[in-house]
Formats: sequence, structure tokens, C-alpha cells
Amino acid sequence: MAIEVRIPTILRSYTGGDKAVQGSGATLTALLDDLDSRHSGLRGRLVTEDGALHRFVNVYVNDEDVRFLGGLETKLADGDSVTVLPAVAGG
Amino acid sequence: MLELPQSMVDRVVEHARRDHPDECCGVVAGRAGHATRLFEMQNAERSPTGFVFDSGEWLTVYRDIDDADEDLLVVYHSHTMTEAYPSRTDVRWAVNTPGTSWLLVSTRSDELELRSYRIEDGVITEEELRIAGG
Repeated sequence: MAIEVRIPTILRSYTGGDKAVQGSGATLTALLDDLDSRHSGLRGRLVTEDGALHRFVNVYVNDEDVRFLGGLETKLADGDSVTVLPAVAGG
Repeated sequence: MLELPQSMVDRVVEHARRDHPDECCGVVAGRAGHATRLFEMQNAERSPTGFVFDSGEWLTVYRDIDDADEDLLVVYHSHTMTEAYPSRTDVRWAVNTPGTSWLLVSTRSDELELRSYRIEDGVITEEELRIAGG
């Protein structure tokens, strides 16, 4: 099952500079585990030690923010597209 | 040093005054350090003490900038009760935008306060803001 994952500039150190990588998994959690097996450390930038999605990043499945879907348990299907972006905020 | 055309500076100030007392936010895209386009962003928090880019809008704008082979030159936002200086929250979030200028405008008084900073590894450095004609 192939899912394209678009990686933002600040995380490309984990992908050897690649803008997009391929992964597989039935859920976002499974996909991130799969990616981390080849791009070690990437998962830790997206998921906290408590296993929640890090508030510093936005993750989209087919352009929909996963916070409005099922979070890390969002289901994925072959051909889905995942995009990771740094969140921008301040005070 | 950050150089912006007068027209963009005017838009940032106008945006900040329009959204006051809530904070406004937005970005300027650039190519090779030259400002090309300004995008007003919605503050998803609609708050007088903070801002968050709306995630859907941010995806659209980020793609637009990336597809045009432009870079994120500036993140701008307003402070509505305090000076135009990065808050602790700003410093915490700036790790997400390395190499980007943080432009702050304060709307706490009628007097224009507009300053630009680099925030790298938690260190705030003010940079010269040069306003060009046009």
C-alpha cells in the first residue's frame, strides 16, 4: 500500500533532502512507524512521548487536517496523500 | 536586514489596525531575499493575546509559495497591548520557521511601532527594516 508523504523543508534532514517519501500503513500511526523505520527520528518530531500528535505540526490527509479527522488513528487507503507542515503560531 | 516595499508595510499596518483588538497574522513570500507576495492569514484563535494560522488556509498558502519556488521570507503578526517585541511564546514557536524574519507591529497606541527580528535557537536579534518605495 503506497502513500505519498510530503515533507516540509525543516524536516528534510530526516529524508536525505527529499521533498516527498513513500510509506505504508492502515492508519496514520502505522504509517509513521513505517516511515520511522527508514527515516529514523521523523516520528519523534511529529508525535509526543505521550503518543499524541505534536502541536507544533499540522498533518493533513488528502488536504484535511487530521485533528478534524481521527487524529493519529485516521484511516489511510492506497493512494492517499499525506502532507506535513510546521504549524505557525505565537503570542 | 529585511527590505519590504512601502505598499506591503502599509498592508501589514492596515491589517493590524483592522483586526485590533485581536492579533493579526500573515506571511510574506520572497525569492532570493526579495519580497514578492503578501498573504493575510486568518488568526484561528481570534485572540488579543495570541495567533495561530488556520491550518487549512496555511496548507493552501504554503503550497502556493512552494509551487512558485518562493520561500517564506516573513511571518508577521501584531501585539495589541504590548510593544513590538517577540514574546516568549513567539520565541518558542519560531523554531518552526528557521531563516524567516519575524515582523511585529504594535497597535497599543496610535504611534506606529514596526520592528523586525531574527529568532534563532531562542535568541532574539533585531534586524534593520528597510522600507523601499513602491
